[in-house]
Amino acid sequence: MSTGESIISLRSVAKHFGSVRAVDDVSFDIRRGEFFSLLGPSGCGKTTLLRMLAGFEVPTSGAILIDGQDVSTVPPHARPTNMVFQNYAIFPHLSVRENIAYGLRKKGLSKQELAQTVEDALALIKMTGYGDRASHQLSGGQRQRVALARALVCKPKVLLLDEPLGALDKKLREEMQLELRQIQRTVGVTFVFVTHDQEEALALSDRIAVMSRGKALQIDAANRLYEAPNCKEVAAFIGSMNFFQGSLRETSGGTALVDAGPLGQLSASAAENAPGPGSQVSIAVRPEKLRLAWDKPAAGQNAIAGRIATEAYFGDRSHYHVAVEGLAEPIAVAMQKSDRLLDDASSIGRPVWISWAPEAAVLLTE
Amino acid sequence: MSKRFDLLTIYGIVFLVFLYAPVLLLPVFSVNDATVAIFPLKGFTLKAYGQMVNNPALLAALKNSLVVAVGVSVVSTAFGLLAAMGVTRYKLPGQGPVMSVIMLPLVVPSIILAVALLVLVRQVFDIPLTLWTVAAGHILICVPFSMMVLMSRLEGFDRSLEEASADLGESGWMTFWRVTFPIAMPGIVASLLMCFTISLDEYVLAFFLSGLDQTLPIFLYGQLRFPQRLPMTLALGTTILIVSTIIVIFSEILRRRGVQSTKPTGL
Ligand SMILES: Nc1ncnc2c1ncn2[C@@H]1O[C@H](COP(=O)(O)OP(=O)(O)OP(=O)(O)O)[C@@H](O)[C@H]1O
Ligand SMILES: [Mg+2]
Repeated sequence: MSTGESIISLRSVAKHFGSVRAVDDVSFDIRRGEFFSLLGPSGCGKTTLLRMLAGFEVPTSGAILIDGQDVSTVPPHARPTNMVFQNYAIFPHLSVRENIAYGLRKKGLSKQELAQTVEDALALIKMTGYGDRASHQLSGGQRQRVALARALVCKPKVLLLDEPLGALDKKLREEMQLELRQIQRTVGVTFVFVTHDQEEALALSDRIAVMSRGKALQIDAANRLYEAPNCKEVAAFIGSMNFFQGSLRETSGGTALVDAGPLGQLSASAAENAPGPGSQVSIAVRPEKLRLAWDKPAAGQNAIAGRIATEAYFGDRSHYHVAVEGLAEPIAVAMQKSDRLLDDASSIGRPVWISWAPEAAVLLTE
Repeated sequence: MSKRFDLLTIYGIVFLVFLYAPVLLLPVFSVNDATVAIFPLKGFTLKAYGQMVNNPALLAALKNSLVVAVGVSVVSTAFGLLAAMGVTRYKLPGQGPVMSVIMLPLVVPSIILAVALLVLVRQVFDIPLTLWTVAAGHILICVPFSMMVLMSRLEGFDRSLEEASADLGESGWMTFWRVTFPIAMPGIVASLLMCFTISLDEYVLAFFLSGLDQTLPIFLYGQLRFPQRLPMTLALGTTILIVSTIIVIFSEILRRRGVQSTKPTGL
């Protein structure tokens, strides 16, 4: 199984419900065997996109290719995809075993093969011995596993999961995340995973599509989304981020100089396709990339003077809010235990210097 | 909790007595050893029941009634199921008015319905009156009941179950048989039983729409003209009463059980 080759191609796919553009001209590829997540806030069109992949919705325009075949109008029962529903949709009138075997009716298996397939599936989800349970005797996590097994025994080319962990409590969710990832590695099936929980997406996925208002903003690996967001929206959605507005003065050697009004001149690393001088831009820096110091840092760094507004102590790290004159929002700074300023409350209200290296910041256009 | 004999309790008892005492007289007199239904009771006998099972006309009427009731319950439930599925899952244009029309037989006096149907059948279409016309009339009044029973069963039916079935490779028809139908099953059985009893007991429509073949209630009423046959009539009435009661209780139990098993069982 080669990775890199695409199994799903979305070509300008759009879905409109009346005047609502639930999915708005989305084009990207999903690679064979990867764990791909659709991440975005509520109502951004994740479920709609997934339902189009499953065949429950027909795109208003555009084409969906699965394994090279245009399936845009192929009904769900004829697609090489299976889905784990958000509420699991376990058939209440069937036992666990019958639920798992549901999709195998037409596969032409002998009785023995069928029983073996179901047993293997039960083993995969660590539920051997639960075959005869009725669905209402299962816990949330178990229902989730049965839904997963029921879909996987059909040997889909793509497994679609719509917030499958959303209904579980935090601890179980974390366990299931690990297990999901492990099962995906074991079976090697392409997973398309919908979630609005960015930590979940970052932890599980090979690649993530960040969606907003029906559009796919950026499709990248987790670390790229975090380190090199391609727009303000992605930067703000993944983790926390400080933004400094300004107008671009010049770019040279991958570094951009920005006039940031009251903050003076700031620098950030710039992509090759940076806009021309004079355009309005934002400099984005993660809180943990900022340094706090009592004294003015040496030249060559970006430096801003402010006053510590709040300090929150988390043991291994501390979070500070630093109020800066001319900025409406305080700047968030996260420092590891080793770099922390004095722990005592007396640091509140004291003047302080914030600094960061140019390569720690990203230049974003509006 | 202490029992309180206030006005409301007394009212309730009186109400129940008036409601059921006359009905309970039926079995009492049916085993009384006399031809007239008056107190004091003369003695216990099952003679009337013997007469009943040995009366060919009665048995023919019983057979007619059973055939009609079975056919009516199946057809009404099929219609009721389709209608209930339609209204519980789609927002159809004109749904409100259509529903009202379907439910109309519940509020139209059956004598009026019967006369109207008779006019329609004889004058407009000129169809001879047979058990078929009786069954058609009964279906008309049974569908609303069936629909109400099945709507309560299908209300809150999780559409994603059908989507899951489609996703797992089943077409619409197989999805119906493997998912929708079994889940609706308790409602379907309840509806079958209810329609069966309605048809079995129904008098007015059957009276107007039957030809030479009588149904049981018609036969029963006919017997009242002959005083000496009264005990047999009472025996028959008692039998119908008991069978109907059992069926209704059974269908109600099924319906309750159904409602319980569809309740969300926690995630
Ligand atoms: N069947 C429908 N009819 C009309 N509008 C719809 C329909 N389905 C979705 N929408 C709209 O499309 C938009 C996207 O919905 P979608 O369910 O895809 O969002 P989502 O990203 O899955 O959100 P969530 O995280 O809340 O599940 C929403 O504005 C929603 O109201
Ligand atoms: Mg959704």
